[in-house]
This record gives sequence, structure tokens and C-alpha cells, in this order.
Amino acid sequence: MDNLFFDTYIWPLLLVTAHSLAIILVLLVSLAFFMYADRKIWAAVQLRRGPNVVGPFGLLQSFADILKYLFKEVIIPTTANKPIFLLAPFVTMFLALSAWAVIPVNEGWAVAEINVGILYIFAISSLGVYGVIMGGWASNSKYPFLGALRSAAQMVSYEVSIGLVIITVLLCVGSLNLTDIVLAQKTVWFAVPLFPMFVVFFISALAETNRPPFDLPEAESELVAGFMTEYSSTPYVIFMIGELANIILMCAMTTILFLGGWLPPVDIMPFNLVPGVVWFVLKICFVFFMFAMVKAMVPRYRYDQLMRLGWKVFLPLSLIWVVLTAAFLQFTGMAS
Amino acid sequence: MTLTSLAFYLFATVSVASAFMVIASRNPVYSVLFLILTFFNSAGLFILMGAEFLALILVVVYVGAVAVLFLFVVMMLDIDFAELSEGFLQYLPIGATVGLILLLELLLVFGASSRLADSNPLPRATPEGMTNAEALGRVLYTDYIYYFQAAGAILLVAMIGAIVLTLVKSNNPRRQNIAEQNARTKEDGVALVDVKPGQGL
Repeated sequence: MDNLFFDTYIWPLLLVTAHSLAIILVLLVSLAFFMYADRKIWAAVQLRRGPNVVGPFGLLQSFADILKYLFKEVIIPTTANKPIFLLAPFVTMFLALSAWAVIPVNEGWAVAEINVGILYIFAISSLGVYGVIMGGWASNSKYPFLGALRSAAQMVSYEVSIGLVIITVLLCVGSLNLTDIVLAQKTVWFAVPLFPMFVVFFISALAETNRPPFDLPEAESELVAGFMTEYSSTPYVIFMIGELANIILMCAMTTILFLGGWLPPVDIMPFNLVPGVVWFVLKICFVFFMFAMVKAMVPRYRYDQLMRLGWKVFLPLSLIWVVLTAAFLQFTGMAS
Repeated sequence: MTLTSLAFYLFATVSVASAFMVIASRNPVYSVLFLILTFFNSAGLFILMGAEFLALILVVVYVGAVAVLFLFVVMMLDIDFAELSEGFLQYLPIGATVGLILLLELLLVFGASSRLADSNPLPRATPEGMTNAEALGRVLYTDYIYYFQAAGAILLVAMIGAIVLTLVKSNNPRRQNIAEQNARTKEDGVALVDVKPGQGL
């Protein structure tokens, strides 16, 4: 009896916990290096050296930064709403990390392979706005509040086009399962036939994660540091980790939806010997490189331009593409 | 089985408690945050019933969009919290009556359906061998297509209505014509003038 209880409840629980912890650990450590890469790429574009002091080539710079933040005093403004002020960064980080539960890094390598995986990620990423809006409101200060309002409007707007892009991909796959989405790209990656959608998704992902050129919620020339103005030390670093984890999540989403996930570029001898995880990580790095290059090269948008792009360009474009894709699949009989 | 019922009681308790806190908390922002918690736990209940698609749609639509707008509006309101919570006890009897009537009706429905349930077991959320989304789509886009389209049309009309109501007509609309702005060239934007000293333009 005891053994049965252990086998049915405790053992799977331990297994899932270990799996999740492993993913979170790898993710958090890799975030430090993504941060470093971001700064290095940015510096290279501007003909600077970037971080190069801590560790070989400055590789340990992010760890030094994190340690420094953690040992600083936490400052909470007296008029701030304390519980929500402290809750906000954790909301951001937990949401960003929990979405990784369904990301398949290789065939069958997901913590939870659920049938509505893509919907789960979409739901989780649509909640990311709460961290920002709670943080901005709870700071009880005008710059954070304005940043939070901007961010809320921006994220909700771009979610619409992200949703429509996802629908286009789903039409071609016929399943909401992330593994099925990757396997459907065996012949050709969706980035090729759905190239306009790939571009729309990439730009919307930039807006959704508040990355430059859409980083208006934290535009330093107007809003000091936006919703993060009043944050310091550990809460700040948690916010940063959450944001970065969200960015990597969006890179992973792009990889899964358009770049064939863990599949090799061509299914021939030298390429298909490399394990799928390596391809997956390489593709994430490639998308992240594009994110970093955009940050380095494109000037910040004006707020009305941002809204116009989201509602008047991307929304009609993706809607038309959904209709075209559906019609194409229906009339060629390729609909599954 | 025990794990499922444990999860059920957890989700149910938290959702009822947070639903109570929605009306009991003094700060309207807290109310909205508790409302979000309620939505989340209801989504959990949906998942326990095997309706994972509905659960996630609930999170996407209500938590991801509707509650954001609520929060947006509530945060910008300038409310006297003390005054707002004064009338709470005054209206408690009315609320309690409505709640009691709802409870009685629910009990009646369940009383009737449990007698039916004796003869045929609880139906599954989805037919065998079909995912949630597929099962829903097969019903929504075939048998109920007209109702579905009608619901969509009503929402569209409501949206247009809201836009029309808030549209401010003025004689001097400060609108941008983006295409016109982009089509401007150096020639029609800049003129090189040789200004004579002492004369000006």
C-alpha cells in the first residue's frame, strides 16, 4: 500500500520537481550569459569593448552585477503600497519561468507535454503585463505610473497580432501541441512559407518584451526608468531576471513556431548527428542575436507610431494572412 | 483520485475566498487583483474537469485582457476608499438575499440532475479520442454557426458603438496623414533662400 502511494504520487512529483529545477537552473545561469552577450553585441556595434574586466573576456560580469545588487539595501518608498510593490517583480519572474514548463527542447524533452501547449504559453505571456502594471502602480510615483500605463496598452495591443500569427501557424499544423508544431516543420520551416508572419511575430515579440525600439515603458529620456524607477537591489534584479527570461522565452517561441525547434536545418548526414538540443539552443542564440542587433541599430519609436504600427499595420496584415492561409489550405485540400 | 479531489478543494476554497475578498477589500485595486486570483482558480477547476481549452481561454481573455482593462480604469480613478466601504454593511442583506436565491436554485438544479446522474454517469468533457479544441470547434462551427456569428456581430456592433460615442468631432482635427508625411521629399520640404542682409525674408 505504502509502496503504491509512493509510486503513484511521490515519485512522479519528485521527478517533475527535479526536471523543473534543472530547467530553471540552466535557464538562470544561461540568462547571465545572455545578458553578457547582449551588452557585448551592443558594444561591438558601437565600436566599444563592452564588459571585459570580470573574469576572462568579462564573462563573469553578470554574476558580479547580480551579487552587487543582492547585497544592496532594499529601498521601499514610504508612500508605496508595500505588498504589491514587492509582489510585482516576483509575478514577472515566476510567470516568465513557469512558461518554460511546456517548451520542448528536444523530442519529448518537456516537463509537461500538454495538448494546449501553445495556448498555455500565450496565456502566460499575456499575464506578463501584470508585473509591470502592479509595480508601476504600487510605486505611487508619477514616472512609474506613466510607464505602467504605456506598458499595459502596448502589451495588450501587440498580443492581438501575436495571437493572430499563432493562429496562422496553428492552421498549418492542425494541433495546439508544441511538439506537433515542431514536427510539422520537417519538410520546410514555417519561416519560409509564412515569412511575413515571421517578421510580424518577431517585431511583436520585441514590443511584447519591452525591448528597444519599443522600450517606451522604460524610456529613460522621458520617464527616468519607467516602472522600475523606484526599484532597487533584490527586487530590481528579480525584475531584470524576469524580463530577460521573457525575452529568451520569446526567442524560444520564435524558434518553435518558425525555425523548426530542435530539427536540423537539413536532414542529411553531418547535421542530423548533432543532438536536437544543440540546434534548439543555437536557434535561440540566433534569434537573441537579432534581438540584440535591433537594440543596437534601431532608434526608439514614438508612442503614437508604436500604436499605429500595432493596430493599423500588424493587425490588418495578420488578419488578412490568416484568411489567406485558411483559404489556401482549404482549396488545396491540405487542411488536416 | 485523492490528489484530484485535494486539488479541487484547494482551487475551490481559494476561488471562493478570493471572490469574497473581491467585494470585501477596501482598496479597489486589491479587488481587481483578487478577481484575477478567482479567475485563475476557476481555470484550475476547468482543467480538473478536463476542459483545458476553456481554462486557458479564460486566462487569456479574462485575466490577460479584461482584467487588465479593469485594473487600468480602477488605478486611474480617484476614489475615497473610506467612503466607498461605508455602504458595504448597508447593502449586505440585499446581497445575501440574492446569494441565497442563487444557492437555492443551484441546489434545485443539482437535486434534479443527481437523480438523472444515477441512471447515466457524468458525461466526459470531450468525446473519446478528441482534443478539447477539436470537440469545441466541431460544435461551434457546425450546429451553432449562426449563433456564433451573431455573437461576433453583436460584439462588433458594440465595439463600433463605443468608438462612435467617444469620437470627438472638431473643426480642427489634429490628424496625421502618415502616407503624406512619408511621401514628402527634400524638394517640397526645404527651400534654399538667399537672404539679403538687412532685408530678411
